[in-house]
Amino acid sequence: MRNGRRVILGAGLLALAGAAGVLAQKDPRVIKVSTRRWVFTPNHIALKKGEPVVLELTAEDIFMGMNIPDFGVRSDIVPGKTMRLAFTPDKAGTFTFLCDVFCGDGHEGMSGTLTVT
Amino acid sequence: MTIDRRQFLQLAALGGGAVLASSLPGCASMGMGSKSDDFYFVQLSDTHWGFNGPAVNPDARGTLPKAVAAVNALGEPPDFIVFTGDLTHTTDNPIERRKRLAEFKEIAAQLDVKTVRFMPGEHDASLDNGKAFQEFFGATHYTFDHKGVHFIVLDNVSDPAARIGDEQLAWLASDLAGQPRDARIVVFTHRPLFDLAPAWDWATRDGARAVEMLMPFTNVTVFYGHIHQENHHMTGHIAHHSAKSLIFPLPAPMSQPKREPVPWDAANPYKGLGFREVEAEDKGARFRINELTVRG
Repeated sequence: MRNGRRVILGAGLLALAGAAGVLAQKDPRVIKVSTRRWVFTPNHIALKKGEPVVLELTAEDIFMGMNIPDFGVRSDIVPGKTMRLAFTPDKAGTFTFLCDVFCGDGHEGMSGTLTVT
Repeated sequence: MTIDRRQFLQLAALGGGAVLASSLPGCASMGMGSKSDDFYFVQLSDTHWGFNGPAVNPDARGTLPKAVAAVNALGEPPDFIVFTGDLTHTTDNPIERRKRLAEFKEIAAQLDVKTVRFMPGEHDASLDNGKAFQEFFGATHYTFDHKGVHFIVLDNVSDPAARIGDEQLAWLASDLAGQPRDARIVVFTHRPLFDLAPAWDWATRDGARAVEMLMPFTNVTVFYGHIHQENHHMTGHIAHHSAKSLIFPLPAPMSQPKREPVPWDAANPYKGLGFREVEAEDKGARFRINELTVRG
């Protein structure tokens, strides 16, 4: 019985330690990005290497896309919805993000930059 | 000026059975070989009828007619002509879109060649999923055979997200299932099927699946448009050749921050614009490409 209590107590301590660990993790930084033909706002985003981020994407007019090829992530951006694009930049530099859903005459110029330091 | 294409200096031999030849401005005749199975076709691309931008092409309404006249002046007519998309420049207005498609079709009808093949680019098709294009030109993906070569036209633009899509990929798989592994296969498409420059949207989201389906076949060549310049790339043994535009050139992939059109060069008008002859040799196992420019 005593051994059983020790096991339960040990398991409880481990659970507490695990919860504390979770709590210690930093919540991802949330950055709101809105789109309309044919601009991202903002169109320049500064990030920290290794810092998790979530881009909250909204479309003011028509269906768009957000693609960040250098980090292998993309999302549709659907009018009336908030899309969440989560990633952690693992390298420093300046990178392009772009709309990858054809949206009209200005589509080819619809892009922005990520600067990761 | 009529020049026997075999007089052109060969610049390089690529893998995948393609040989590039240099060109001189103007027209050229093919000087075909004696083999009856040899043939040639002409590829025109990215004409963007309806585009208005004097800084990059002050002769936007004249360039396509000049190219048509140049093709008609070729010493020996091609077996067929193919337009690999972006026939028209995009517009939000469905009426204007149809007007541009109608005008383009009228100009293309002046080509003195019986068989002319069309496919859409994203400017023609992405805003209405190919509806207007189909009204004027029919199906956006199809196959045809010519002198022992199996031609496959793939549509990677009617979906604005640049996908071929599961349905069309299943159709492709079914078509390829009927082909022997050594079949001579040519694919026409608008966007590159491989990731040429995803940061400039020069890719097809599910293009790798099409390439994977084509990979077991030993003689496959892809001709495409979209990037307004020549580019030659190999995925394994499959060669991919992009064509010049007939409206404005674009910079080399990722050579500058933005993919903005190359400004018009008044000292060298029509520089970077053109079309190509593609000669099938050895029953379509090899292709010889001859780039031609447009002249004022």
